[in-house]
Order: sequence, then structure tokens, then C-alpha cells
Amino acid sequence: MTSIGTGYDLSASTYSPDGRIFQVEYANKAVENSGTAIGLKVKDGVVLAVEKLVHSKLLVPGANRRIQTVDRHIGLATAGLPADGRTVANRARDEAAGYRDFYRSPPTLKTIADRIGHFVQMYTLYSSVRPFGISTILGAVDKDGPALGYHGAAVGKGRQLAKTELEKLKLSELTAREAVIEAARIIYLVHEDAKEKEFELEMSWIGPETNGLHVAVPKDLFDEAEAKAKEALVSGLE
Amino acid sequence: MDHHPTNWGRPRNDTVDPYGTYPIHQRPTNVPKDAFAAGIQHTQQPIVTGTSVLGIKFKDGIMMAADNLASYGSLARFRDIQRLHPVGEHTVLGAGGDMSDFQYIQGILDELMIDEFAAGDGHTLGPAEVHNYLSELMYARRSKMNPLWNSLLVGGFKDGKRFLAYVDLLGTTYSASTLATGYGSHIAQPLLRRAVEGREDTLTEDEARKILEQSMQVLFYRDARSLDQYQIATITAKGVNISESRKLETSWSFAEGIRGYGAQTQ
Repeated sequence: MTSIGTGYDLSASTYSPDGRIFQVEYANKAVENSGTAIGLKVKDGVVLAVEKLVHSKLLVPGANRRIQTVDRHIGLATAGLPADGRTVANRARDEAAGYRDFYRSPPTLKTIADRIGHFVQMYTLYSSVRPFGISTILGAVDKDGPALGYHGAAVGKGRQLAKTELEKLKLSELTAREAVIEAARIIYLVHEDAKEKEFELEMSWIGPETNGLHVAVPKDLFDEAEAKAKEALVSGLE
Repeated sequence: MDHHPTNWGRPRNDTVDPYGTYPIHQRPTNVPKDAFAAGIQHTQQPIVTGTSVLGIKFKDGIMMAADNLASYGSLARFRDIQRLHPVGEHTVLGAGGDMSDFQYIQGILDELMIDEFAAGDGHTLGPAEVHNYLSELMYARRSKMNPLWNSLLVGGFKDGKRFLAYVDLLGTTYSASTLATGYGSHIAQPLLRRAVEGREDTLTEDEARKILEQSMQVLFYRDARSLDQYQIATITAKGVNISESRKLETSWSFAEGIRGYGAQTQ
């Protein structure tokens, strides 16, 4: 990389002569090298799904989760450096707890997303810190219903393809159950089998069946969705 | 020890400067730093209070009862207060004593349960964990000479096991097949023991409810800080159920004969 050794990539508060901030570009690189994460906001809920690339056969299945719970009703999926994802999730939990303490009610997704946005931006301003190497999708069902900021969102390596697939769906007419099936299909579709190593599918949802809680998709539905995703992949190749 | 040179050889706390040493530079003060902190008061007595809570074991789990009154001294100030509070899927917390401290405890437990939920490790806190947490909390606060002024009953059912235990403002804990707090520990506890002890594994839900109803009725007759509206919590393998507010059936005809209450005949 041309930026290394020039001295312009040592800090997020230094511009290179052609007006770039390399630390921010590195952060984006970290995201692009990471497995895809998607979020779907549908009629009655929100679904999060992640293509978790497994870097080593020594890892226990289910290790290094990339979907985390912020509050009872708020979920968070990240693409990029796993450790940065945990830092942001911990901050989001603190903000949610602080909101509850101050307002005596569950936080809306908008307030949490706002605060996390400010928090992340602060790490682009000082030479003492580096920007977070992650993109984050936050999803919730709050007092105004399902919330994601978008109907569908995708970050990470396969985000372009995932976005075109999401655009084909009538997201506002799907149920949460149907959305789980679609989410699994999209993750399997965007995974590049030839280039990449193994991956683990990770899915969570918030909907009428979860009582408004952000929880992992139950095993039977997860298995059904994964089977259908593999099926769709095979029939798509023909 | 104050090591600041300009304070050497000086009495502490001198608010005047008799030798006119100012200005050398600002001298650090030795007076208490935060006037506001000095104004903080510790709890000396409960203000708005709830009375007894009852809890018993029965065949399928735990049943608890508490009335809906929060008193302000002897004034029956709030008549629609719920004193049985669910904590997660397996536990109910019942509180007597200061109701604002009870609300504070509810807030702490709510945050605790959210933290545990967010951990997403497949474990949940059961009644034993909640009770132990509360005992540490209550003992820590009494050790700061600032107790949370409550007597608490923790009842629950998890992994096929019943749990019923007590903790109070001193951090004292104990466990038994029947428990009662406050006035109830004098009036209702003997009744509960007679009805329940030795029968914990055979009492049906209906029988257990009957026992609590009768005890609540006696308490309403005897306890001047009680109310005839109360709730019953049932915790079994199916989870937590806290009833709607129910009303006690009472008869006051005997009172006519009591001198000082009914019409005076002589």
C-alpha cells in the first residue's frame, strides 16, 4: 500500500497531500474483508443475519458472535473487526441502560443509533485513537414498531449483491418468519464458495413470536431456513 | 497528611490568614471539599410503607400474597400499589417496608436482568441467584449505615426446584417452607406453619390459595396498616402468575358489641 511509510497514515487527524485520511480508508478496508451482515425490517419485525467467516478449524462452533443484544428489544450486527464490534455493543448497552435510568422507559432505536453515531464519529477526530473498523446494523421493535432506519441494510464484503437481492423483496409485506427464510437465502447467495473458507450462518430476530425480545432464531426455523437456502443455491446454479 | 509546603506549621482549617501570606499562590483548603455531599442524609426511617408479605411452598411451587396498600404513617395513602414484583421468568419479589426503596430495588433488578439477557449465554438468573444478589445488596447498604428499609421475600421455581427465602434491611437471610414479613411474621406465620408444615409436597394450588386467603383475612382484621385488597403470586414450572387485585370477604357485625366502636348501650 502506497500510504504506508509516508507518515500520513499514522493518525485520523492528518490529511495526506491529496486530501485523503488513510485511517478512515483502513477502517473501510477492515469492513470489506469481513463476511456480510444484513438487516431486514418487515411488516411485523426485524431480522438480522450474518455470514461469519470461520478463520480456523480450531474455533468452537458459535464462537465470536457478530450479532449481539443491546437491550431486550434491540439487536446489533457488525461487519469488520470483531473486537471493535464488541466495544460498540458494550457502549450501546451502556447508553440503553443510561436512557432507561434517566427516562424510566425503554429506549427507541433512533436515540440509541444517534448516540452510537456520535460515539463512533468521535474516534475519527483525534490522533490518539483510530476509527472503528466496523460497519454496524442496529435493529429493534420499539414503541413505534419495527425499526432499522431502512427497509433493508447490508454491510461487509457482499453488501452490493445483498442490497440488490434485498431490493427485489417486498419487505414491508413479509412476515418476520418469511424474512428469516429470505435472510438465510441471501447470506448463502452472497457467500463466495470458491474464494472463501467455511462460514457459519448467524441469525436473530425480533417479532411477534419472540414477544418483542431480540433473540436468536429458534433451531427448527433456523434449520428450515438454512436447508431452503442451500436448496435455492443449487437450483440457482442450474 | 498534608504535604503542601504552604501548609507546613499551620493549624488545619484556618479560614483567616493572620500573617497576610496571600498571595503566594492558592493554598489548598483543608475544609470538607463538597458542601453538598455533607448535606446527604442517610435513611433514618421508612416513609411510605407496605405491610406484611406472605409466602408458602406447595406441591407445584411457591405461592405469595401481599395487599395493595402503601401507608403514609397511619394514613392509608395509596390503595393500588403492587407489592409483588416479577423478576425474570422464574422469580417473584415481595416487599414490605419503604416503598421508594422497593422501587429502587426493582430498578436495580431490571438492569441486572437486562445485562444477563444481553450476555446471551443461555443462562438466566433464578430465584436463588436473585435472593443472593439482594442479600449482598442489603448488607452492603446497611454497612454504609444507609440501609434499604425493606423486608423482602423471594419466591420462585426453576429447574424443578422450589425456592422461598427472606432478606431484610440488615442483610439477614433465612429460608423455610412458610415465611412472612412484618406484622405477618407475628400473626400469620403460626397459622401458615400449622397449615403447611409437613404438607409441602401434597398441598394443591387451590388449598394453598385458601390458606393464604385465610391468613390475609386474619391480618386484615388484626393489622391496622393493612387493606382488604391484595394479590396472589403463583410460581410453578409454567412460570410466574400474579393475580389481579382481589377483595377479602369480611364480616364486621361482631364489632357492634365492642365498647368504643358500636353504639353505646350504657
